[in-house]
Amino acid sequence: MGKYFRHLLDLYVQQFKTTFASMVQYRASLIIWTVSAVLEPLVYIIVWSTVSNGSGGSVGGYTARGFAAYYIALMIVNQATYTWIMYEYEYRVRQGYLSFALLRPVHPIHSDIADNLSSKLITLPLVLGVAAVLALFFHPAAGLQFWAALAFIPALVLAFFVRFLIEWTLALAAFWTTRVGAINQVYFVLMLFLSGQIAPLTLFPSWLQAAAFVLPFRWMLGFPVELLLGRLSPRQALEGLGMQAVWLGLSLLLIRFVWRRGVRVYAAVGA
Amino acid sequence: MPEPAIQLHDLCKTYLVPEREPGISAALRSLFKRRMKAVNAVDGLTFDLAPGEIVGFLGPNGAGKTTTLKMLSGLLHPTGGECRVLGHNPWKRERDFLRRITLVMGQRNQLVWDIPAADSFDLNRAIYRLPAADYRRTLDELTALLELGPLLKVPVRNLSLGERMKCEIAAALLHRPQVVFLDEPTIGLDVTMQRRIRAFLQEYNRRSGATVLLTSHYMADVEALCKRVIVIHHGRLLFDGDLSGLVQQFSTHKTIVVQLEDCAADLHAYGELIDCEDGRFTLRVPKAETARVTERLLADLPVIDLLVEDPPIEEVIDRVFTQEAEKS
Repeated sequence: MGKYFRHLLDLYVQQFKTTFASMVQYRASLIIWTVSAVLEPLVYIIVWSTVSNGSGGSVGGYTARGFAAYYIALMIVNQATYTWIMYEYEYRVRQGYLSFALLRPVHPIHSDIADNLSSKLITLPLVLGVAAVLALFFHPAAGLQFWAALAFIPALVLAFFVRFLIEWTLALAAFWTTRVGAINQVYFVLMLFLSGQIAPLTLFPSWLQAAAFVLPFRWMLGFPVELLLGRLSPRQALEGLGMQAVWLGLSLLLIRFVWRRGVRVYAAVGA
Repeated sequence: MPEPAIQLHDLCKTYLVPEREPGISAALRSLFKRRMKAVNAVDGLTFDLAPGEIVGFLGPNGAGKTTTLKMLSGLLHPTGGECRVLGHNPWKRERDFLRRITLVMGQRNQLVWDIPAADSFDLNRAIYRLPAADYRRTLDELTALLELGPLLKVPVRNLSLGERMKCEIAAALLHRPQVVFLDEPTIGLDVTMQRRIRAFLQEYNRRSGATVLLTSHYMADVEALCKRVIVIHHGRLLFDGDLSGLVQQFSTHKTIVVQLEDCAADLHAYGELIDCEDGRFTLRVPKAETARVTERLLADLPVIDLLVEDPPIEEVIDRVFTQEAEKS
């Protein structure tokens, strides 16, 4: 077992080096990426600040500075958890690159996780820089608490894995259809409304909040943000971590099932 | 008799492909009901490869060569029959199996485009869990044999096609696979590079004792590397045996080259006249008549020199395929 993890660690380290070496070749795209990373929270902060200032200084418990904190934290959590695997898989299947992955004596998801984590590490300083600049302009206010900051760490890790596994599973749709884009669109809309991306979930009607509690989206993004900003009680935090664990288990089962089926389809039709 | 490294028994692969008439109404109809057509890409192949053999796997485009290689390397699931490679059922893609084989596809790349090949090699070391010392030794050996030295530190995208192919081959062999599937490894390369890769493969096979199944459209590859060839067409076995046997079996004619003073003589009576240059006549005669025609030529004409040859291998292969195409 120890040997297995040592080999896996070696693989992750090598993948990190590979990803790092590839990424630094494209400085321009890193800059463009950083600009787009600023724009999204910037737009949300401006819109929601205007709304809350227009309605007596607060909307759904969020002041303008509360919104600033929310969207800056959201940007950081999103950066830590997002993937681009759905765009990539279709290309891999069509171009036959998946064949190389299948010829290797290691599950291809490891390379993807390692690659994803590596690029996160590389872009992290950029995002923190952006967060600092936004904080300078918008004066975020949040009720930070020590226990919540501690709970944030497992929440973030779980959010990463749940989101990664679910998006990796969705990406496998490329085995069945060449129209992966349509599936992605539906997913992104659900994500936009149910993860807390377009607005904090407390601003939504209660039935939608109930739906968000059961579905995975909030646990992939909104939950760690709410936790970090001190907007959850210890009980809510525990419930959230529990739901994340449930979704982690479900997505692991799902990924096994879909991967096996998908490889069978791939092996039936060829590339 | 050692156990074969590769065994195929009545191996089949049938693809279902959607089929529809052209036109809008047919397109609409296909929305509701899709008609599928079965295509037999591989149709009952049976053969064995002994450990250490290099075998040329020949056939025209679409004959089922790549499909067969993909089944043998575990990428495709057979629809019928059986295959075993090193005692494994490839389709199960067991780790022990994957660690002992490799597939090189001349038209696809596994190396990461933006970084030097050396970095991709390192990644493969981790993937295949190679002990550092073994890896170092293999890499040094491959670097020497393929003359990779100056190429290893250059980003792959800056390499020429031939240089990249050499690196691809090295990457595919770092884990010292016992079975090597090569699908058109020399495609698109210039003659010198082809020759170099050929020499390498021969040397690699000699040193490692690996079993090699190779497809190529370049007969020079096959002639240089393979004593034995397997020819397939429409997914079926046409020939399995020595390269010279293929020529024996499928060439109906021989070529007689006669050197005379000049091209003035009329040799039409002796056989089919291919050409004449500086008195050097090339005649094509049915195999059975070779001796008689030779005798007559020597008796009738002031022959300076005479040579009887088998037709070039390309011509034989070409004839095999066209004959089969006419039959079917």
